[in-house]
Amino acid sequence: MIKSNQRLFVLFFLLLIPFKPIQSAEMAEPIKVDWSFKGLTGTFDRASLQRGFQVYKEVCASCHSMQYLSYRNLGEPGGPEFSKQEVKAIAASFEIEDGPDSQGEMFTRPGKPSDKFKSPYPNVQAAIAANGGAYPPDMSVLVKARKGGANYIYSVLVGYEDPPPGVTLDDGVYYNKYMAGNKIKMPNNLMDGLVEYADGTESTVDQMAMDVTTFLAWAAEPELEERHKTGVKVIIYLVLLTILVYLSMKKIWSRVDSEI
Amino acid sequence: MSKEEKKVNRRDFLFTASYTVGAVGLGAVIWPMIDQMNPDKAQQALATTEVDISSIEPGKSITVLWRGKPIFIKKRTSEEIAEARAVKLDDLPDPQKDEDRVKEGKDEWLVMLGVCTHLGCVPLKDKGDFNGWFCPCHGSHYDVSGRIRKGPAPTNMEIPKFEFVNSNTIKIG
Amino acid sequence: MSEHEYVPKSKAAKWFNDRLPLLTLGAHLTDYPTPKNLNYWWTFGGILTFCLITQIVTGIVLAMHYVAHADLAFASVEHIMRDVNYGWLIRYIHSNGASMFFLAVYIHIFRSLFYGSYKSPREVIWIIGLMIYLLMMAAAFMGYVLPWGQMSFWGATVITNLFSAIPLVGDSITTWLWGAYSVDNPTLNRFFSLHYLIPFLILGLVVLHIWALHVPGNNNPVGIDIKKPSKDTVPFHPYITIKDAFALLVFMIIFAGFVFFTPNVLGHSDNYIPANPLVTPAHIVPEWYLLPFYAILRSVPDKLGGVILMFSAIFILFVLPWLDTSKVRSAVFRPIYRQFFWILVIDVLMLGYVGAMPAEGVYLVLARVGTIYYFLHFIVVMPVVGYLEKTDPIPMSISEPVLSGGAEPSIARKVDDKV
Ligand code: HEM
Ligand code: FES
Repeated sequence: MIKSNQRLFVLFFLLLIPFKPIQSAEMAEPIKVDWSFKGLTGTFDRASLQRGFQVYKEVCASCHSMQYLSYRNLGEPGGPEFSKQEVKAIAASFEIEDGPDSQGEMFTRPGKPSDKFKSPYPNVQAAIAANGGAYPPDMSVLVKARKGGANYIYSVLVGYEDPPPGVTLDDGVYYNKYMAGNKIKMPNNLMDGLVEYADGTESTVDQMAMDVTTFLAWAAEPELEERHKTGVKVIIYLVLLTILVYLSMKKIWSRVDSEI
Repeated sequence: MSKEEKKVNRRDFLFTASYTVGAVGLGAVIWPMIDQMNPDKAQQALATTEVDISSIEPGKSITVLWRGKPIFIKKRTSEEIAEARAVKLDDLPDPQKDEDRVKEGKDEWLVMLGVCTHLGCVPLKDKGDFNGWFCPCHGSHYDVSGRIRKGPAPTNMEIPKFEFVNSNTIKIG
Repeated sequence: MSEHEYVPKSKAAKWFNDRLPLLTLGAHLTDYPTPKNLNYWWTFGGILTFCLITQIVTGIVLAMHYVAHADLAFASVEHIMRDVNYGWLIRYIHSNGASMFFLAVYIHIFRSLFYGSYKSPREVIWIIGLMIYLLMMAAAFMGYVLPWGQMSFWGATVITNLFSAIPLVGDSITTWLWGAYSVDNPTLNRFFSLHYLIPFLILGLVVLHIWALHVPGNNNPVGIDIKKPSKDTVPFHPYITIKDAFALLVFMIIFAGFVFFTPNVLGHSDNYIPANPLVTPAHIVPEWYLLPFYAILRSVPDKLGGVILMFSAIFILFVLPWLDTSKVRSAVFRPIYRQFFWILVIDVLMLGYVGAMPAEGVYLVLARVGTIYYFLHFIVVMPVVGYLEKTDPIPMSISEPVLSGGAEPSIARKVDDKV
């Protein structure tokens, strides 16, 4: 009977193994990157997050919104951890619409840390119209919203190639082997030296792709570091209590003649 | 099973340890469930408001919203200031000098939380027996410094943390 | 039940207990004689109770911050994740909690199938359990709609459209369910209301489930009736409570592993894309715990037929106590049935697997074979094996050695007489 019990256990835990859903159309497996935020104790690389924000701000933000983030998030623990002053200065560099004022008019003012990230377009329709019919998705939770997560985003950023012979592409469509169908409507925006990093790091395409992906991973899961830290403590605690309860159980059951 | 056997030795170290460790864990789980009802990060971030006060006439006041509560900003005339300072502290239920309720050198500006310290209603301006505010809910009278003079409210209206950014703007919070 | 009458010691307690016998109930639950040979498969009842309480508590907390409006729902969930104190923790416990709840309930149900716990005199426990299971599916489905992501929206569209298969009134029913001409804000609003209600209905049913259990008492791995209390039983507290606590802790370690380290693996990434009524995601799949039924639905090339078959797959379980003709409860003493039990387990797992795959080619064939076998198991195998099988010798009592000789159907029969 013990044998059949074990068999049942194995079978039930097999249920939990996430199925590898079939890859539709031709698309390459994303590159596996050894991110610092992977694993049970993974954390973000602060310098990379700060650089990644710079890439987002100077390159991606002209098309992609991040509507669920606020400037204050940039200074919160577990994130890029810009100083209070830096966060204020970053926020103030954006003109934010506010109002209505006492005359009922809308007006603009310099941003405050409590403001949400300024979106490049007033609404989704405007974003679609300005981008040849394709919506540049909001990036707040993009890493969680794509199957390959950070690996996938990074791969797409470095995955631009000339189309293989025989493949013709419409205007405004580019070849990228990590996209479903190998087609993408976003041009390749990264080229070496595009961004002048504040910390002097050389801005290669690879570096920028790593940094901005790290930034997006944080944006999607700002709680990640706290979650990992708490998780380790919780598991240690539970294991300890489980041992105590197990020993108590042995003791209690030793009073009856049974096989526990 | 005999009675002897059935009895569990409750002082057994193992049981005490299990109960204690279990109770600690339960406490640690309850805290997030309580703390989630505290103001969230977005609420905390809204803690400051800047107000343009350039258009307020002497003797007049405006009301602005700060953290969901009204703030009275009154530009007092010199007569009103003199009146507030003439009051003997002994006559006050909650003794406090008018000088301590305003910023030095900006004595005309009274900035206070427009919330009655009795049970939270918003007092009406230019009403009551003391030329200040009157709370209609249960009849509390405040003077021109916002101090309680008569009625059930226990303390003066509260002065929030604020500062002059420049002569035309104050920052509350 | 041979319960001795409980008399509280203090006068005040007695006064109260005479008016509302809560203390008697407490004493009954503490002393409740439980077979001493229950194995760990029996700890899942307690684990399920824990799951239900966890879902209710975290759910009430989430409802304090969630906004049930098509324009605000997705943003309010992000607000919970980013701004609310411990919001991410509470949301991840609730979302992974649903999966853990189903994991536990499936183990619990297959436990009943293996040890014959659904059989006389426990049919009512079983039926109440199935009602709980149905409500769990309804609650989980509606809960999944609330974040108003792409999977929420399209899952809701597909599932509500199942009702459009009903002849004549189908379309009116779906429109009525939606409160609009598609899944829309009114749908979200009512799903939230019902999602909040259902767990409390489940709670009520759990009380009945346990009440019904305490009439005949627990089944046990040997499947025979035992005298209560006797040397075959132990009082519920501390023996069963401590064992349940141990099993629950092990369960919680796995639970915590999901919550803290892979909180999204059991979900679908598309649900982090806000609902868009104009674009259907390429692969829409339900949550893993509904996959076997989804496979059954898709195995039939007919709209109404698929829907009927899918619901039958659940409803057939209601008549299971009368489809099983064996006199012996526990599969431990049923060599043939035991094999079929494992085939059924594999069949359901396979259905779950093909439910996640596209309904084409070999997957479709597997889905059809799996579906046919599923029904064969209950309609043919159960009654026939019950009649023909030569069961192994059954012990007289838990503590006594196995009787020599063949099965003792008379023991099982005696059981029925007694109750
Ligand atoms: C919210 C869901 C449920 C809860 C909280 C719950 C709780 C419990 C508890 C505490 C027990 C007693 C301990 C045990 O035997 O494990 C029990 C027994 C039982 N449950 Fe459930 N249950 C749930 C769902 C179900 C479902 C869905 C089914 C079947 C379809 C079911 C069938 C049974 C049966 C047949 C027993 C009697 C077990 C025996 O003594 O052999 N339960 N349940
Ligand atoms: S609330 Fe102002 S007097 Fe009671």
